[in-house]
Amino acid sequence: MNPVNYLYLAALLFTIGATGVLIRRNAIVVFMCVELMLNACNLAFVAFSRMHGNLDGQIIAFFTMVVAAAEVVVGLAIIVSVFRARHSASVDDASLMKL
Amino acid sequence: MENLIALLVAAPLLGAAVLLCGGRRLDAVGHWIGTALAAVSFVLGVVLFADMLGKSPENRTLMQHLFSWIPVEGFQANVGFQLDQLSMTFVLLITGVGSLIHLYSIGYMEHDERRRRFFGYLNLFLAAMLLLVVADNYLLLYVGWEGVGLASYLLIGFWQHKPSAATAAKKAFLVNRVGDMGLSIAIMLMFTTFGTFAFGPVFQATGALTSGADAPGSEGKLTAIGLMLLLAACGKSAQVPLQSWLGDAMEGPTPVSALIHAATMVTAGVYLIVRSGDIFNAAPDAQLAVTVVGAVTLLFGAIVGCAKDDIKKALAGSTMSQIGYMVLAAGLGPIGYAFAIMHLVTHGFFKAGLFLGAGSVMHGMNDEVDMRKYGGLRKYMPITFVTFGLGYLAIIGFPGLSGFFSKDKIIEAAFAKGGAEGWILGGAALLGAAITAFYMTRVMLMTFFGEERWRHAPTPSPAEPSVEPAAETRGAHAEPHPHESPKVMTIPMIVLAVGSVFAGAFFGIGERFVKWLEPVTGFEHGHPPVSALTVTLSTVAVMVVGVGFAYAQYGRRPVPVVAPRGSLLTRAARRDLLQDDFNHVVLVRGGEHLTRSLVYVDHTLVDGVVNGTAATMGGLSGRLRRLQNGFARSYAVSMFGGAAVLIAATLLMRAV
Amino acid sequence: MTAQLAAYTTSTGEAFQFWVLGTIAVIGALCTVFMKKAVHSALCLAGTMIVLAVFYLANGAYFLGIVQIVVYTGAIMMLFLFVVMLVGVTAADSLKETIKGQRWLALLCGLGFGILLTAGIGNASLKEFNGLGQANANGNVQGLAALIFTKYVFAFELTGALLITAAVGAMVLTHRERTERAKTQRELAEQRVREGKHVPPLPAPGVYARHNAVDIAGLLPDGTPSELTVSKTLRDRGQIRDVSTEALNDLKALEQRAEDRLERSNSGGSNSGEASK
Repeated sequence: MNPVNYLYLAALLFTIGATGVLIRRNAIVVFMCVELMLNACNLAFVAFSRMHGNLDGQIIAFFTMVVAAAEVVVGLAIIVSVFRARHSASVDDASLMKL
Repeated sequence: MENLIALLVAAPLLGAAVLLCGGRRLDAVGHWIGTALAAVSFVLGVVLFADMLGKSPENRTLMQHLFSWIPVEGFQANVGFQLDQLSMTFVLLITGVGSLIHLYSIGYMEHDERRRRFFGYLNLFLAAMLLLVVADNYLLLYVGWEGVGLASYLLIGFWQHKPSAATAAKKAFLVNRVGDMGLSIAIMLMFTTFGTFAFGPVFQATGALTSGADAPGSEGKLTAIGLMLLLAACGKSAQVPLQSWLGDAMEGPTPVSALIHAATMVTAGVYLIVRSGDIFNAAPDAQLAVTVVGAVTLLFGAIVGCAKDDIKKALAGSTMSQIGYMVLAAGLGPIGYAFAIMHLVTHGFFKAGLFLGAGSVMHGMNDEVDMRKYGGLRKYMPITFVTFGLGYLAIIGFPGLSGFFSKDKIIEAAFAKGGAEGWILGGAALLGAAITAFYMTRVMLMTFFGEERWRHAPTPSPAEPSVEPAAETRGAHAEPHPHESPKVMTIPMIVLAVGSVFAGAFFGIGERFVKWLEPVTGFEHGHPPVSALTVTLSTVAVMVVGVGFAYAQYGRRPVPVVAPRGSLLTRAARRDLLQDDFNHVVLVRGGEHLTRSLVYVDHTLVDGVVNGTAATMGGLSGRLRRLQNGFARSYAVSMFGGAAVLIAATLLMRAV
Repeated sequence: MTAQLAAYTTSTGEAFQFWVLGTIAVIGALCTVFMKKAVHSALCLAGTMIVLAVFYLANGAYFLGIVQIVVYTGAIMMLFLFVVMLVGVTAADSLKETIKGQRWLALLCGLGFGILLTAGIGNASLKEFNGLGQANANGNVQGLAALIFTKYVFAFELTGALLITAAVGAMVLTHRERTERAKTQRELAEQRVREGKHVPPLPAPGVYARHNAVDIAGLLPDGTPSELTVSKTLRDRGQIRDVSTEALNDLKALEQRAEDRLERSNSGGSNSGEASK
């Protein structure tokens, strides 16, 4: 098997995650889909790391994880406070930016 | 001595400032202050005149540099005065006649509660006119010119509660503005051509140009300047085609009419042309235009004067005609300048006298101005009759009186122009003299002779627009009781009548006046194709014919109280020879059409483009707004799509 | 698995593992997107992540594989589950799209994007395949550590700062400061007496003999529910159940059933009548 297949898998997972972000209204699920996209990228990095024979890709994936962790912490905190204020976790409810 | 010139202008200016800013406290003495300051100005003028007489004719010009007004690199505007024989003549005329009119106004305006203000305006008028004639450059002259326009506006519209007076003032101001435009353009042309607008350098440059020396400018430019100056003079001096304001200006109080017609305002145009004589000498085309304007106006005014029943308007037509004589003479070049000014001075005497006489008649007749409701007044106001009569004899050119000397010289000079032009101009001037005799005799007969028509028509007709409002307070609807005016009014009339009788002989005999002016305006003896005696005799002859016609029509037959319908020409002349109609049709209608079409263009094209742009933007943004639905997911889709497009583009570029 | 072999292709075992686990990962991802309940989505996502961890291990990223399981699946996903519990574990999302055209646009974009990525990967010249044998020679963790603390030390410190900031930010966002002292019971009682409203205790909630009935408003004599009987917290959350109509509904259903039964005979009669015709 050609390891490029990992890249195809990563692309597929990324696309699924992106589509999920676009069609789900629950902010928590949207967040999960974002995590899915990040993980797909990580997979691609790891595969690249193996192809190129050095560890830099893994390092990038590692940093991505850290940043994702930070993002999840803040994002979930935001979701919690929005839910407290509006009794809803739907991203469509926060449509105050239109005219 | 030089410093007196500034004082000369400053005295009436001070009077205007004090009277206009002084408030009610000065109501009691205001008219005396105004008159005194006008007299101070006259005395200063006399002192300067005496000083001038003491010098040799070539060194009589006084120059005074007062201060630098606009000192800019390449543009030097100074406030400076130049008092030469020409200016001196005007100064004496303005201050002398002006002072007499001030004195007269004390009596005439006695019952007007705004008399103080009236005297303030009169002083302002004098100050502006004096500034105009003593300025040593065109820009300062322009200041005086505008000041005269302003003062005339204020005075013509003095009885501003009358809509007709307000309209007349506005009309005078607007028509004058057209002329002012000409003067400003002329000054700009002078500046671009010669780099200066002071009299001395400009005339030096024109002189150099005529003598063929290398100088800036060309005859074409000088002609343009001359025509613009002529336009300016037409506006101020009420010459065709800018004459329409003069008749309506009669809405002002009668002393104002006297002042405008005799001493100030209308003489400014003649002054401007004579002062700019060097420019006109170098531009024969412009000079010809001046003579044509003068000839046309002198006939025009005379015809209008024949048809008017309003005594003041008849005199206004007469003024127009007489100024036409002066402009004609001024257009003849060095052979005419001195005579133009001489006629101006004698005209100043007799026209002021006539107007003051008319004012006196109106004063005694409950401000009635319609001559058809006068008649037989010589018994009731003998002094007015005599002074008016002397003015009348002077203006028709009765031999020996002042009008005879000055007008005869102008007709002679017109013939001396030579060629067909000379015959046409001289003929027009001669015809004008006949018509002058006719209409002035008509005024005289209708006012002072014949039956007493005012007894049958005691109330002024309400349709008469010129009923002055002061009449209301004096009991307008009672039968008039003609009476002689108080001394304060008759004395100026007597003084002016004396001037009307003797000024001409004093100036004319021995060419005293010509010699006096010669250093400034230059002088050449004209050589008429026929002998001077013939011209004089024919002038007298046409005068007699004119008087005879008038007597036949108005002296031997009773004058109808209601004006007959009259011939076509009479009716046209009553309407000022359709001048207002012409203005209305050509200028007002034309302007209306122009503005209407501009408004149409504005509405359809400009507004269309603007509104169309706005509507397009509005419609577009209304549609674009739907994209902004506020849902974060929609925005995310566009971001995602955009990322896809970017990747596609990158890949495509790679592939290519 | 030797480094030499890994250099050009993968073993059959890995290929098998890839196809099986890859399928599971894709299914897990799809389930994450399409599950109605957030908690199910979270569990599916956790499954996908575990599969990804296995792939990391297979690709020689041993450290990341372990971190993926411990930190991602273990910590982050649990954080998700906590929030899901907080928001309401029972709440099921409607998958019906409310924004017109959004779903189709999303699918179109997703499809296009996927095709583009695939095309990009297919076009890329990925012939070189070195394997990690050399890089991992001294151990994967040691290799990573050497890089992190030398080449990437600055980025590493920055991520540390970022984590601290995120932690503080989360606290700031979720923490609510009390701006005034809580009233004591005595003060509350005095206030009640002062206001003269509800001096006695508030009425008790209604009873509904099926389960805990604290959330059910007691009925007033005229049959309408009284909001006062429910705790303020529940009222604010909107978690009140109104059973005032339930009894009536039950009664109606009973009548319906009775009528049905009666009607069956009636309709049977009519039917027979019709049949007889």
